[in-house]
Amino acid sequence: MTYTDYTTGDPVADTKAPSGPVHERWDTRRFEAKLVNPANRRKHTVIVVGTGLAGGSAGATLAEQGYHVVQFCYQDSPRRAHSIAAQGGINAAKNYRNDGDSVHRLFYDTVKGGDFRARESNVHRLAQISVEIIDQCVAQGVPFAREYGGLLDTRSFGGVQVSRTFYARGQTGQQLLLGAYQALSRQIAAGNVEMHPRTEMLDLIVVDGRARGIVARDLITGKIDTYFADAVVLASGGYGNVFYLSTNAMNSNATAIWRAHRRGALFANPCFTQIHPTCIPRTGDHQSKLTLMSESLRNDGRIWVPKAEGDTRPPKEIPEDERDYYLERIYPSFGNLVPRDIASRAAKNVCDEGRGVGPGGQGVYLDFSDAIARMGRKAVEAKYGNLFDMYHRITDEDPYEVPMRIYPAVHYTMGGLWVDYDLQTTVPGLFAIGEANFSDHGANRLGASALMQGLADGYFVLPATLNDYLARHPHQEPLTDEHPQVQEVLAETEDRVNLLLAVDGDRTPDSFHRELGELMWEFCGMARNAEGLRKALAEIPRVREEFWRRIKVPGTGEEFNQSLEKANRIVDYLELAELMCLDALHRAESCGGHFREESQTPDGEAARRDDEFGYAAAWEFTATGEAPVLHKEDLVFEYVHPTQRSYA
Amino acid sequence: MRLTLRVWRQRNADTDGAMSTYEVDGISPDMSFLEMLDVLNERLILQGEDPVAFDHDCREGICGACSLVINGDAHGPERTTTCQLHMRSFRDGDTIDIEPWRAAAFPVIKDLVVDRSAFDRIIQAGGYVTAPTGAAPEAHATPVPKPDADFAFEHAECIGCGACVAACPNGAAMLFTSAKVNHLNVLPQGAPERETRVLDMVAQMDAEGFGGCTLAGECATACPKGIPLFSITGMNKEWLRATRKAGKR
Amino acid sequence: MARTVWDSSVGKKTVMAVSGIVMLLYLVAHMIGNLKIYFGAGEFNSYAHWLRTVGEPFMHYEWTLWLIRVVLVAAVVAHATAAYQLSRRDIKARPSKYVHKKARTSYATRTMRWGGVILGLFIVWHLLDLTTGTAHPGGFQEGHPYQNVVDTFSTWYGNVIYIVAMLALGLHIRHGFWSAAQTLGAGGRTRERVLKTAANVLALLLTAGFIAVPVGVMTQVVS
Repeated sequence: MTYTDYTTGDPVADTKAPSGPVHERWDTRRFEAKLVNPANRRKHTVIVVGTGLAGGSAGATLAEQGYHVVQFCYQDSPRRAHSIAAQGGINAAKNYRNDGDSVHRLFYDTVKGGDFRARESNVHRLAQISVEIIDQCVAQGVPFAREYGGLLDTRSFGGVQVSRTFYARGQTGQQLLLGAYQALSRQIAAGNVEMHPRTEMLDLIVVDGRARGIVARDLITGKIDTYFADAVVLASGGYGNVFYLSTNAMNSNATAIWRAHRRGALFANPCFTQIHPTCIPRTGDHQSKLTLMSESLRNDGRIWVPKAEGDTRPPKEIPEDERDYYLERIYPSFGNLVPRDIASRAAKNVCDEGRGVGPGGQGVYLDFSDAIARMGRKAVEAKYGNLFDMYHRITDEDPYEVPMRIYPAVHYTMGGLWVDYDLQTTVPGLFAIGEANFSDHGANRLGASALMQGLADGYFVLPATLNDYLARHPHQEPLTDEHPQVQEVLAETEDRVNLLLAVDGDRTPDSFHRELGELMWEFCGMARNAEGLRKALAEIPRVREEFWRRIKVPGTGEEFNQSLEKANRIVDYLELAELMCLDALHRAESCGGHFREESQTPDGEAARRDDEFGYAAAWEFTATGEAPVLHKEDLVFEYVHPTQRSYA
Repeated sequence: MRLTLRVWRQRNADTDGAMSTYEVDGISPDMSFLEMLDVLNERLILQGEDPVAFDHDCREGICGACSLVINGDAHGPERTTTCQLHMRSFRDGDTIDIEPWRAAAFPVIKDLVVDRSAFDRIIQAGGYVTAPTGAAPEAHATPVPKPDADFAFEHAECIGCGACVAACPNGAAMLFTSAKVNHLNVLPQGAPERETRVLDMVAQMDAEGFGGCTLAGECATACPKGIPLFSITGMNKEWLRATRKAGKR
Repeated sequence: MARTVWDSSVGKKTVMAVSGIVMLLYLVAHMIGNLKIYFGAGEFNSYAHWLRTVGEPFMHYEWTLWLIRVVLVAAVVAHATAAYQLSRRDIKARPSKYVHKKARTSYATRTMRWGGVILGLFIVWHLLDLTTGTAHPGGFQEGHPYQNVVDTFSTWYGNVIYIVAMLALGLHIRHGFWSAAQTLGAGGRTRERVLKTAANVLALLLTAGFIAVPVGVMTQVVS
């Protein structure tokens, strides 16, 4: 049986979200959840993997509640998690502008923006909590932008009509993360959190059907060790690095969630990836990562390409009537401000037509000359100065003089481990929060919503729902390395690492990563079709087979070995990539970040097919390269009724 | 471009290190400095040699992981992080010296990778506001004058890379510590712990074995985020104020 | 509180700043007094005598002078001890140097330590020369400072030692004054220029004022 012959198993359902009016569900759930006596919390150990917005805030909050938290990050400090790189802002339904915003509107915008592939209960809770997040962060000393009166400033973001995005210049993620990191630091100092930096989770320990710990490698000594707990929380982020080039950090990886998936956690909507339209194009094969330029640039910049194919004249020499301002032409009412997925796809189309600009023809112009003429250089500088400087530094081109070149890049993954309303995966005792889960963004994430979700999960949702699980399972048998199920996981991990070292082939880890990434970008990137996906699904097992035959990892496992770390992450990408392609192949509709060329409206827009695909696809692992089992979670929309998005 | 690299190689914390020389060819001026090292490492792996270990992650200048002293300058000749330094800042045929951060409080782990956990412990000593989740008042309950908010932000920009320590002739962590003290102490939210914060953080900084400040100014010159030298003055002032108040109690 | 201050690197710097300012104030007075040498032996010697009778009849003969001496010795000891301990700490904090060497920081900053040592040695010589007379060239005459000064600066080595020390003093004050201001929290974005200018002016005035004495002797204006 080949990989593509997947079977469909029993539907999966969220049994935790209460019924009743959507705005009462979170209160109801919190009331129904069992509590753990404060005096008993110390006896419970909770493992948290990752220290980004979700993990950092969860670790701090659980420790404040009295739990014993054991936390891990692969970075040398919890402060370096990749949440730090988020630029734009964080949404909250504060309605400080009195511009008609409300919890319900944020809920509505998020469900619609997610192209009706997210769960209403979860999204509504997110919108409710958004308000508390801002309070919490301000109390921690997060230096949000303020007005002269001393009150918080907001801006509009990502095409919504209200001004609900709180920000700290272009470094909102950094400031929010430092807030969580500082709260976590306080708990580390108090002895409530046992922090393990430079330690990477390599597998999940499941004993008697419950998540009971992890296997992790000390990246300095190379020692592989077991850590036990009463519950395990994965806050390890997204898997965008499957594509090799992305805006993710170099070491962001999918190992924690993929290993959890292999141990029984369903993986939902793996094909939902967000491609951000405004990134700096690659300059050559040496490119190691891509850098995002804030989406806000599209507020004043005009996007264009030459009308003629292969026009290599410098942009200034191309006269106005030989330029194609294609977004303004195709989408006259939204123009350059269409949502991310649409802007990205349009850029790909013009480049595919041979009209792309810059090296390799993989870029489009984002031109500020009109804005400079209209507002004056000073005003443009005040608004975008730091972005222009960043662009200038990276490309050595002055965007005040020459139009910027931009191209879409993989940015965020909406898919992730399937979780219920309590953020618990299908493995009891295993929770997934932040980008690691699939829950709130559906098929497309709106700008400034990732920070909101990470912090909502970590500060407020998980600390309320984890109680319930621990209260219901107060006494779990103590574990040791001698337990047969622990032995098995430990042995498998050690074998995998030893095998990587033993192959001693003739190709570097990066060469495989790059090959896989190119395959994924080509066939599972901005536009997908059955033929391409089948091709990728045929290629990936070949690459995987070659990997295990030709990989070369120098050094040993008992030392600081960055090649080994990298190779071990690629092992998991090579399996996850296959599931992404299969998910993309099975979902024969276009929705959000997933565009299937076979499913278009007559004028070339994405055509969603709610009757057939109005569900979240949760996949069950069987064996490497073997067909997985699909479990569908039907999505019910009681409050926001699905409509086809239109931006023309 | 063709370059000669002289790189600090050190197997682990317990062994001695030395500079090793490598030639790299075919370097594009558009490459970042770390991408140039990637090229070297790919070659070393294929030759069966140990690639050069260096810390890096976001490669967009914000996580603070990258940490190389290039030709004697922390983060190299431009005022930015190593990951945002591009090879066009060098000339064909150049010889480039690459060394790890040097400070007693930042011991070398391997090659160019150092242990900066001392910074985390300084933050743990008091670089936070005690605001347990759920206890926060409404965000607009306390307005913060814009100049104060901007001042706080300017100091909160610190990425904790450690370039200040690497550049300081005394291996001092004053700029790092002062950035956090100033960020939190200027805000009303940070006021209740204003005195203990600065006293505890400075005490921890001393306990970690960082040197003292002689106002050489190298830290502020090396800082990729432009944390100003007078940040240290501000911390001194806070420290004196706190010491006076503690003395009265 | 004294314990907290002395145990902290920032506290020790405060001790250095305060003791430095005490010495600086003394130097300003000392320099002004020295310039009286240009008005002849009578005025200079009677000024020196007055120093011993200040505060009378409330103070006994030389009490005020001794009080000043005690304060100064305390300042010198505190300044030097703190400097020594901080330097030890700084050197320990940076055990291995960079292979790639390059010139760093201003001349004044780098010469603070050696400059301090030079000044310390100078003070010893200066006291032995003109206060106790132990190391004085020719016959030291108690109560005739004018002649003693002329004697000292009539030797080539007296001039060399003195002028070198005063140049070191200028550099030391130039960085030290600015540094002390920062340590005491008096600096800031807007005051940087004012403070740096003040430090330069102060250093220049003191150096010039002190060097004026040997120059006067050398040019025979004072003899």
